[in-house]
Amino acid sequence: MNWNWLLPEPVSTFGSEIDSIYYLILVITAVIFVIVEVALVVFMVKYRHREGRRAEYSHGNTKLEVVWTVVPFILVMVIAWMSMRVWIEAKVADRGHVSEDALPLRVAAKQFEWNVTYPGLDGELDTADDFVKRNQLHLPVGRAVRIDLTSEDVIHSFFLPDFRVKQDAVPGMVIPVWFQPTAVGEYPLGCAELCGLGHYRMRGSVTVHEVEAFDAWMLQEGQDAAVETPAPADTAGVDLEAASTAPAPEGNHPPSHQPASEGKERA
Amino acid sequence: MSQAATMGAARPMEGMRVYNLKLGMWVFLLSEVMFFSSLIGAYIILRFAHPEQWAEPNQVLNVPLTGFNTFMLICSSVTMVKAFAAIEHGDQAGLRKWLIATIFLGAAFVGIQVYEYIKLVEHGFVPGAANYAAEGGPLYGSTFYTMTGFHGAHVTLGVLALIFTTVKAFRGKYSAQDYGGVEIMGLYWHFVDLVWIILFTIVYLI
Amino acid sequence: MSTVSVEVGHPSVQHWAEPGHPDDRSFLRKYVFSTDHKVIGCQFLILSLVFLLIGGTLAMLIRWQLGWPGTAIPGGGILGEAKAPGGIILPEFYNSLVTMHGTFMIFFAIMPLLVGVFGNWLIPLHIGAADMAFPRLNMASFWTAVPAGLIMIASFFVTGGAAAAGWTAYAPLSAVPEYSGVYLGQELWCISLIVLGFSSLMGAVNYITTIVNMRAPGMKWMRLPLPIWALFITAILVLLAIPVLTGALILLLFDQTLGTTFFLPPDGGQPLMWQHLFWYFGHPEVYILILPAMGLVSEVLSNGARKPIFGYKFMVWAIVAIAFLGWIVWGHHMFQSGMNPYLGATFMTSTMIIAVPSAIKVFNWLGTIYKGDIHFHVPMLNALAFVAMFVIGGLSGVFMASTPVDIFIHDTYFIVAHIHYVLFGGSLFAIFAGIYFWFPKFFGRMMNPTLGKIHFLLTFVFYNLVFFPMHNLGLDGMMRRIYDPNQYEYMVPLQPMNTLISVAALLLGAAQLIFVVNFVWSLWRGEKAPPNPWNANSLEWTLPSPPPHGNFVAMPTVYRGPYEYSVPGREADFWPQDEPPAEAGRRSAGREGVPA
Repeated sequence: MNWNWLLPEPVSTFGSEIDSIYYLILVITAVIFVIVEVALVVFMVKYRHREGRRAEYSHGNTKLEVVWTVVPFILVMVIAWMSMRVWIEAKVADRGHVSEDALPLRVAAKQFEWNVTYPGLDGELDTADDFVKRNQLHLPVGRAVRIDLTSEDVIHSFFLPDFRVKQDAVPGMVIPVWFQPTAVGEYPLGCAELCGLGHYRMRGSVTVHEVEAFDAWMLQEGQDAAVETPAPADTAGVDLEAASTAPAPEGNHPPSHQPASEGKERA
Repeated sequence: MSQAATMGAARPMEGMRVYNLKLGMWVFLLSEVMFFSSLIGAYIILRFAHPEQWAEPNQVLNVPLTGFNTFMLICSSVTMVKAFAAIEHGDQAGLRKWLIATIFLGAAFVGIQVYEYIKLVEHGFVPGAANYAAEGGPLYGSTFYTMTGFHGAHVTLGVLALIFTTVKAFRGKYSAQDYGGVEIMGLYWHFVDLVWIILFTIVYLI
Repeated sequence: MSTVSVEVGHPSVQHWAEPGHPDDRSFLRKYVFSTDHKVIGCQFLILSLVFLLIGGTLAMLIRWQLGWPGTAIPGGGILGEAKAPGGIILPEFYNSLVTMHGTFMIFFAIMPLLVGVFGNWLIPLHIGAADMAFPRLNMASFWTAVPAGLIMIASFFVTGGAAAAGWTAYAPLSAVPEYSGVYLGQELWCISLIVLGFSSLMGAVNYITTIVNMRAPGMKWMRLPLPIWALFITAILVLLAIPVLTGALILLLFDQTLGTTFFLPPDGGQPLMWQHLFWYFGHPEVYILILPAMGLVSEVLSNGARKPIFGYKFMVWAIVAIAFLGWIVWGHHMFQSGMNPYLGATFMTSTMIIAVPSAIKVFNWLGTIYKGDIHFHVPMLNALAFVAMFVIGGLSGVFMASTPVDIFIHDTYFIVAHIHYVLFGGSLFAIFAGIYFWFPKFFGRMMNPTLGKIHFLLTFVFYNLVFFPMHNLGLDGMMRRIYDPNQYEYMVPLQPMNTLISVAALLLGAAQLIFVVNFVWSLWRGEKAPPNPWNANSLEWTLPSPPPHGNFVAMPTVYRGPYEYSVPGREADFWPQDEPPAEAGRRSAGREGVPA
């Protein structure tokens, strides 16, 4: 059992900045927590009822009260001020801090899967060599990725714990999301907003490749997608029940074709 | 029995000028303000997001007819004031006369609104997307019926309350010393009137 | 002065029961359709304790599934094939469980316990009134809450089961049956809450009018007991917040039934508009659920420590400040919702500021027990636990107020831990404190202190074992409302902690039976209560237990604030609010709290 209050190792550029604010708040709140709880226990023991003792008659101390109004105010304002910059950096994807060569992706959520549209070799979305992978996010290390996040039905939440990314996918909205992976590896992708009865298994995987490996992967997948004739139906939906125990389903989907799934399968 | 004691069982503390019933009504109307604010707020959000779903004011809605209706409702506020003024001076006959006039105007307002609804539905203007034939988009009908409908329900309830008040007036339950029931009735009625003026402006005119 | 006051200030004196006058009301008028605020308070108490038990049972089912995923609940077969075939909970039923647990606890347990019970019990007695301003409206308020609760319970038994879109009912999931698999249940959920809204509204109108208009002579605003201040501000929040929820629920209901598209994007609806409307109600609601608890705790702490409340004025202004700021922070529930990030930054600032009045209150409570003469009676133990636990809930709130940190912890078990530290560790401990404190006043008998202490100790220990580790689960990335966490590989190592929490939760639930036993046993067998078992100052303690119909035989006159404990020069360490100063010796005349 993990009783420490550490966050998982961050693997995105702003991840460690977010964590440093978290640890700052952790230290501040831990100090206040200890002070208050210790004071509470000490007072309880020291001022417990004993025969012949009387409580001090006092209605308060305005000076003290002003102190503990002003000090918390300053503390929270400092926290807010420090949070502000990191927040804007992490959440605003259309400003200078996201580099020009960011990998453009489109993630469309639906009950209960994540459909990721890759730009193919030309690096641009909405071209012929786009291809779609279900529940698989493949990324190059050290390069920013910019995702247009949408939903086809209900609200989902695109949650990459290790990258410190969480953004609701809202039907009718295209929400920009960006981050930059800093380490190669396999990471989880999950849905954090209750989205129906399959919410608990609406998961996927994030694979961060070395740059060359990613290019090779993109090339391979792009060719596969081009070769594959648009099938009238795919395996999606059929294996949803199996998906609850098997690893995340994989599959290629030509962009012209909506990845089929009845979505709201009822038992 | 003192004047205040009959107006809602309890009189204010020294220095407090508002008796219980009246204060309670004011407080209740505050919550009504919030209720209509939520509907109007939703309307504004939706309309700003999708202006294309709204038709030109006179295209679907019969503005002159509703304008007349608005005029009648304003008149009913005047008759309500008259009723209140009458009982303040102990004029029982005047109270009854003006209350009946208010009921008549209020009921006419509801009647015309129902007539308007029937005409609009015939025209194909219904809430939501189903069988939608008129100008504008689904949000237009949805917001129109929700807002005017809830106001209409308030007027209908008001008319029922007015009838109740009038019955009491005919039984001589109000007097120059005890007019709390008439006064809070008036507060509610003026509020409903005021809401309508706002709704008429944003739903029919803008 | 007092004779004048009786006539001018308090005409409802005509309602007052004359001493010795036999109460000839029928059983129905006395206990069922009573207009007596004390009886209505007791009715609300029974009703909301029942809902608390229902909500708690749902929590046990949730914890069973999380502790031992996919295994059969012993005896769970009675839940039926559609919900838990063979006792194994289905995902759709699990979603209903989390939704209804939240709904029952917030709307039908905590809120009526704090507002319905203590509002009714305390307001007229604390301010020296015979009853509420509108006694019949008060009765209507209770009898409107009952059908609302029944509708909510009934929704479990309709086809498709109860609502399953979370207690926040985010559209479009809540608006389109095909998305959630819930049909009538979701509509009944809306209808029930709309009906309940009327009940709350009637209560709020009554409370505000009563507190403004019906205070006894001398009961100035700054002499009001803090529970009354808290309930007054709470009533204002209810008054202004509930209609917004009602409006939103009506729009949602129309989307479900009439084919409108307010929240449905294909036809231009705005899903985020639901969230804005919901949280515009929902954040004041959070304070509706904690302010009265703070008031109760202030009362009990001052009494238990035999010391005036530290900084009465700051306490009052903190309540008022929280209530004002509470209207401009709703967006902090929506940082990750797709709302404009710059707007999020604004909401972060206002949210941070609202931490300040909460901090003031905690430090003032510490100041209250400092150099006190602390009696550890059962209400006091629960009140102290409130302070200790509310600190945790308040501090964990700072994490999610910080928008970047919220990116990670939003919608994880960290949030679940936070809300339970505020609503269980906060509100519920305060409710226990309040029930133990005022039970003798309203039922005429003391609750058993030994059982009370055992109940407190077990609750405190198991409560922390349940909810403290949830912080850790959240920090390891476990999301809320997940039917089976083991679906995610990285959560598999969390299973032992989940099982530990579930064991503790079952024990926590079992410990509450001690309270139930104590409650029921004490109703008939408890030690007879004296009028003032806690040596408290406020007006209700001058009356017999239970007070007669109509409360005060003669109009009380108030001479001082409610927290004049351990005043120097007085033999007793308490000083009832209505005791004329002449009896009390002149030494303290002219001091604070005494009329000049």
